[in-house]
Amino acid sequence: MVFQALAFYLFALVAVGAAVMVISSRNPVHAVLFLILAFFNAAALFILMGAEFLGMILVVVYVGAVAVMFLFVVMMLDINFTELRQGFLKYLPIGAVVGLVLLVELLIVLGGWTLAPEAAASVRSPTPGLDQATNTRALGQLIYTHYLFAFQAAGVILLISMVGAIVLTLRRRGGVRRQDISAQVRRRPADTIEVRKVPSGRGI
Amino acid sequence: MLSIGLPHYLSLAAILFAIGIFGIFLNRKNIIVILMSLEVMLLAVNINLVAFSVQLGDLVGQVFAMFILTVAAAEAAIGLAILVVYFRVRGSIAVEDVNLMKG
Repeated sequence: MVFQALAFYLFALVAVGAAVMVISSRNPVHAVLFLILAFFNAAALFILMGAEFLGMILVVVYVGAVAVMFLFVVMMLDINFTELRQGFLKYLPIGAVVGLVLLVELLIVLGGWTLAPEAAASVRSPTPGLDQATNTRALGQLIYTHYLFAFQAAGVILLISMVGAIVLTLRRRGGVRRQDISAQVRRRPADTIEVRKVPSGRGI
Repeated sequence: MLSIGLPHYLSLAAILFAIGIFGIFLNRKNIIVILMSLEVMLLAVNINLVAFSVQLGDLVGQVFAMFILTVAAAEAAIGLAILVVYFRVRGSIAVEDVNLMKG
């Protein structure tokens, strides 16, 4: 129990600190790296809660794909970030006010909140005990049966986003001489070779 | 204090969500950091879903957390692609200039 509490406070503190560094860091590359740190700690919290599949997915999807994509874009684009930081202090008060108001509201809600006793009766698909199925197996048994269509829709969303990202960023540059293999293969001797009768002594 | 329950995780998610909102206000000009703040907020929502799922013993919360993960990845990909195209056209990513098409 003590170990669990210590682990929770460690991971939560590091996650919150990393999130603060994400929004306040001067260099966006550092911001992305702190985002990765926050994701890792959230994944650890998921595992602490018992949702180990989601924790691993968080590491694979967020750290492996999303954060690396951010890093790629930040490093690829030649952006003057100091110029973008102008007005940082101008927006600080209103941002702090809005953030604090929202936080206080959420914490007030949390303070006066209890779980309804009938909530336990409305559980849709109870988590099987660890002796029956692991978290991953239980999730799979749920996703591939009751939530199959939602799962397929998620796949379609990913496909559409992939196609959209490729279509948006694909650029055909003119004036570049590329090898066109099919044109080379399609070439026939009749297209390129011409047999001329050359009269002697005159040239073509 | 030492027994970690649902309120702890919900408080953490609330703090992360507020940090995300704060980040959007703080970096009004830098759309990359705005997108990162959005990711932090979605992470907070995911923590909420998983915490409730574990507390109530209902696995559906984790299924939905996975869908949110999917949508977050798709959103980040499209957002960054638009950002790259915008940078190619304009040479900067300042968000204030985006309303140029307003006329």
